[in-house]
Amino acid sequence: MSTAATLPVTMPAGLPRLLAGWYDTGRPAGLRDHLRRYGPVPLRGRSRRGMPMLAATVEQAGLAGHGGAWFPAAVKMRSAAAGRGPAVVVANGSESEPASEKDRLLLHVAPHLVLDGAVLAAEAIGADQIFVCVHDDGHLPRWVAAAAEQRQAAGLDPVPAEIAAVPQRYVASEETALVQWLSGGPPLPTFTPPRPYERGVGGRRTLVHNVETLAHLALLARYGPGWFRGVGTAEAPGSALITFGVPTAAHSGVYEVALGTPVGYLFDLAGAPPGSVQALLTGGYGGAWIPVRTDLPLTPGGLRSAGGSLGAGVVIGLPAAACGLAETARVLAWLAGQGAGQCGPCVYGLPAIADDFALLAAGKHDPGILARLRSRLGTVTGRGACHHPDGAVRLAASALSVFASDVGYHLRHGPCRGTRHPPVLPLPGAAPRRNR
Amino acid sequence: MTARLRVNPIACDAHGLCAGLLPELITLDEWGYPIISEEPVPPELLRHARRAVAACPVLALALTSADD
Repeated sequence: MSTAATLPVTMPAGLPRLLAGWYDTGRPAGLRDHLRRYGPVPLRGRSRRGMPMLAATVEQAGLAGHGGAWFPAAVKMRSAAAGRGPAVVVANGSESEPASEKDRLLLHVAPHLVLDGAVLAAEAIGADQIFVCVHDDGHLPRWVAAAAEQRQAAGLDPVPAEIAAVPQRYVASEETALVQWLSGGPPLPTFTPPRPYERGVGGRRTLVHNVETLAHLALLARYGPGWFRGVGTAEAPGSALITFGVPTAAHSGVYEVALGTPVGYLFDLAGAPPGSVQALLTGGYGGAWIPVRTDLPLTPGGLRSAGGSLGAGVVIGLPAAACGLAETARVLAWLAGQGAGQCGPCVYGLPAIADDFALLAAGKHDPGILARLRSRLGTVTGRGACHHPDGAVRLAASALSVFASDVGYHLRHGPCRGTRHPPVLPLPGAAPRRNR
Repeated sequence: MTARLRVNPIACDAHGLCAGLLPELITLDEWGYPIISEEPVPPELLRHARRAVAACPVLALALTSADD
């Protein structure tokens, strides 16, 4: 099969970028669709010179990691490229955050953008192996593997991609957990250093990028940093996939928006009146509650300034009739059971915090509860091998602040009426309340 | 060179010997796991810090240089 190298590739304008094919055709892009739209992946050959060039392009573009940390992609790439010996690229699409759906959607509708990005990253750091880690939903592993096989059959990629279905566990998608699991160990975080770029899969230097980051890389390698910065803000350029959910909305789901877009735009897209929600959960279950502010820009810094977190691009509106304390208690109980069971502060601290929160949500009269909870929240942060306990603490602390008046009500009068509202935040095993 | 104490929380088993040997920089939480000061180890406590590191039965405590 010949590639579409001879076809003129025009620079796409505006948005969406990653979801353009999906919006145009309404079906997932096969290899033929992908090549017609984007042309072949712009490999630069295996010379060592190609490496700093791509990293420089990524740096000029200002691409940051869309897995949740928003760490500069060029820094990660250079760190992994600097080492010696064989290298590995891991495309992380395991998305264990129950509130996020963007990586699954992206891998379903545009798997070749992700694979393009992985191949480019592999070439940039001199890797000879690619792992694509996906959420095992019974469909994605086979789907992405079929896409990778098509590319192999067409002889497109110098580096083969292997698909790995990651076990379902919250901490399994953390990058050191993926590295340990791909090396034959349990899918649990490890103590750092060494970091994956120093000693990763099978002892080889390893670059781990979120699948959305790699898809953006596939486009910016084609169209350049100037194009990439055509949307977004100076500090947070480009676009992002946002999972936006409001149970009262007509259209909850994943949207691609320019970074810097005001939160209110998500409500417009989803057809939800902002007045129907009392607070926003930002960043996912390791993120934070914030009061509703429609003018807030969707950037890592914008949400941080309001006490929130962009994280992996999750924004969920809590209906006015629900109870934020009850919702937080449910999620904390789930998070407490999702740890790796390796670090004492997490093994004992998170269940204790979840129990305190359950009492608070139930409106049990316990005069010492707030002081005890605050003290526990203060001692657990930063003491795990990974950031799982930090995220749970951030969620709990933000709930105490955003739902402060509910805390007072529960302590004085018992549970509020909102505790009888059906569960809002989706958890694995429980049917999510979403209108989709 | 400034030195800091760091515990590997995966290896740590809450024996608590470190807090007994270096209460100036290490306290225990309600479950017996060490909370380590993030401040550099003052020179006058270096000897005690080394002793605490050596006393850990599971080698979970380490003295690292500041740039680690």
